[in-house]
Amino acid sequence: MMTVFGIPIQALLGQLLVGLINGSFYAMLSLGLAVIFGLLRIINFAHGALYMLGAFIGYLLLVHLGIGYWPALVLVPLIVGLFGMVVERLALSRLYRLDPLYGLLFTFGLALVIEGVFRYYYGVSGNPYAVPTLLAGGTNLGFMFLPNYRGWVVVASLIVCIGTWLLIEKTRLGSYLRAATENPELVQAFGVNVPLLLTLTYGLGAALAGLAGILAAPVYQVSPLMGSDLIIVVFAVVVVGGMGSILGAIVTGYMLGLAEGLTKVFYPEASNLVVFVIMVIVLLLRPAGLFGRDA
Amino acid sequence: MSEATLHQERAAASLRLERALIALGIAALIAAPFFVYPIFVMKMLCFALFACAFNLLLGYTGLLSFGHAAFFGGAAYFCAYAVKAWGWPPEAAILLGTAGAALMGLVMGFLAIRRQGIYFSMITLALAQMFYFFCVQAPFTEGEDGIQGVARGTLFGVIDLNVTMNMYFFVLAVFLIGVFAIWRIVNSPFGMILRSIRENENRAISLGYSVGRYKLAAFVMSATLAGFAGATKAIVFQFATLTDVTWQMSGEVILMTLLGGIGTMVGPAVGAGLVVGMENTLATSGFPVTIATGLIFMVCVLIFRRGIVGEIYARWLGR
Repeated sequence: MMTVFGIPIQALLGQLLVGLINGSFYAMLSLGLAVIFGLLRIINFAHGALYMLGAFIGYLLLVHLGIGYWPALVLVPLIVGLFGMVVERLALSRLYRLDPLYGLLFTFGLALVIEGVFRYYYGVSGNPYAVPTLLAGGTNLGFMFLPNYRGWVVVASLIVCIGTWLLIEKTRLGSYLRAATENPELVQAFGVNVPLLLTLTYGLGAALAGLAGILAAPVYQVSPLMGSDLIIVVFAVVVVGGMGSILGAIVTGYMLGLAEGLTKVFYPEASNLVVFVIMVIVLLLRPAGLFGRDA
Repeated sequence: MSEATLHQERAAASLRLERALIALGIAALIAAPFFVYPIFVMKMLCFALFACAFNLLLGYTGLLSFGHAAFFGGAAYFCAYAVKAWGWPPEAAILLGTAGAALMGLVMGFLAIRRQGIYFSMITLALAQMFYFFCVQAPFTEGEDGIQGVARGTLFGVIDLNVTMNMYFFVLAVFLIGVFAIWRIVNSPFGMILRSIRENENRAISLGYSVGRYKLAAFVMSATLAGFAGATKAIVFQFATLTDVTWQMSGEVILMTLLGGIGTMVGPAVGAGLVVGMENTLATSGFPVTIATGLIFMVCVLIFRRGIVGEIYARWLGR
C-alpha cells in the first residue's frame, strides 16, 4: 500500500476530503460574516444559529410538507434570508449609530433564542436527513472512494463563494455595496437607498448561512447545537483571514478546513484545537490577519 | 443655581445615595443567610464578584471580553484539583486558582490586545473555546464528570467550612474584598487612565500612555478577580465542571453586567443576583433558560442599554 510519512494514502486523502468539506462550510459562513461586517459593521453572532435554522427548515419541509432536497435548496435560503431582513428592519437598523459591540450582543441574544426554541421542541439529539437519491452512492476515483454528495458539497460551496464574490466585485449592485462600505452618506446623497441596501445585505448574509445549513443537513445530523459549535471556529477563521477582503475570507476558510483534516491524520487529539493554534500564531506574526487591511 | 454647582450637587447626591445603598446592601447580605437558603446567596455572591470583575474590563476599560468563563471555570478546576489531588487547605487552593487565572489572563490578554474592537471580542472567545476543548480532553479535569467531591476543609486550620454559616461569611468576605479591590482600582489614577482609554484610545496614546500595557494590566486584574470568584465557587459547591468554562458562561456574565448596568459599581452585582435568581425560578418552571437569557439580551440592547442601576442614576440623578 502506498504511504506518505507512514500514513496510508487512502486515510490521508479521506481526512483531506473531510477537511475540505469542513472548509467549505467555514468558507461559506466566514464569507457571509465578512459581507455583513463590511457594510453593517456588525459581527453577526447569530450566523451559526441561522445556519442551524437553514438545516432545520430543510428538515421540517421534508418531514411535514414532503418538500425534498432540491426545492429546499431554493426555498431555505429565501426563508432564512427573509427572516434576516425582518430582523434587520425591526432591530439591527436601530443599532448602527452605537458601538459595534451592541450589534454583537444583540445577535448573541438572537442566537440564544433561536437555539433555545429548537432545543425546547426537538431536544439536543440529531435528526438524520437522507442524501438525495440523485447524489446517493459514490464514485471510485481509483486512489480513493468519493461519496457523491460530499463531492457535490465542495462543488456547490465553490459555486456559491465564487458567485457571491462576482456579485460583489463585478455587478452594479455590488459596486453600490462596496461604495456604501466606504462612505454611506455620500452614496445616499447620490440617490442610492442605503437603508434598503443594508437590509438586503443582511438578508444576503443570512441566506448564505441558510444555504450552508441545508447543504450541511445530509452531511452532519440536523441538531439545534450544530450552529453554536461551528460559529466560534468560524470566528477564529475570520480573525485569521481578516474581514477586509471577501476573497481572503473564502481562501482562509478552505485552508483552515484542510489544516484541520491534516491534523486529524497526524495528531488526532489536536484536531479541535488546530484552528485556534493557527489563530494564535497569526496573531503573533501578523496581527492584522493574513488578508487584513483594518488592523 | 449655575450649571456647575447643579452638577456638583448632583454628584454629591449620587455619592451619598451610593454610600447609603452600599451600607444597606452589606447589612442585607449579613442578614440574608438567616432568611434565605444560604447556598443560593453564596452562588449569587460568587457570580456577583465574577460580574464585577468582568465589568472592570468592559465598563471601565471599554474592552468586551467574550472569554471570561476561561478564568472563572479555569480557576475552579485548579482550586478543586489542588484540594482533591494534593490535599491543599482551602485558602491555599483558592490562591492557586486565582494565580492560575491571572497567568491565563496574562497569556490571553497578551494575544487579544493585538487587535482592537470587535476583533478583540472574537479572539477572547476563540481562546476561551480553545481552553474549553483543552479541559474536555485533559485528564486532570475528569472530562464530562468534572472534579467531584471536593472537600471544603478547614480555613486557616481553625474555621470549619463544612458549617454552612462559616462558609457563608467566608464567601461574603471574599466578595467584599474583591469588590473593594475593584473599587480601589477604578478610583485610582490608574483607573482614570483606563477610563481615558475607553473614552478615546487614540487621545490616550497621543498623551503618551502605552495603552497596550494598561489594557493588559486591566485584563490581568479582571481575570484574576474572576478567578478568585471561580475558585471560591468550587469550594462552596465542592465541584468544578465543564459548565463553568463554556462560552454560554462567558455570555452569562456579559448579560449580568449589561442588565445591571455597564460601568457602574453595583450594577453587575445587581444583575448577577437577578440572573441567578431568574435561573433558579425557571429551573422549576420548565421554561428554557436559554430563551429567557436571549430575550433579556435583545431587550437590554434595544431599549435598556444603561441597565437597571445605570437607568436609576440617569433618571433620578441626571448623571
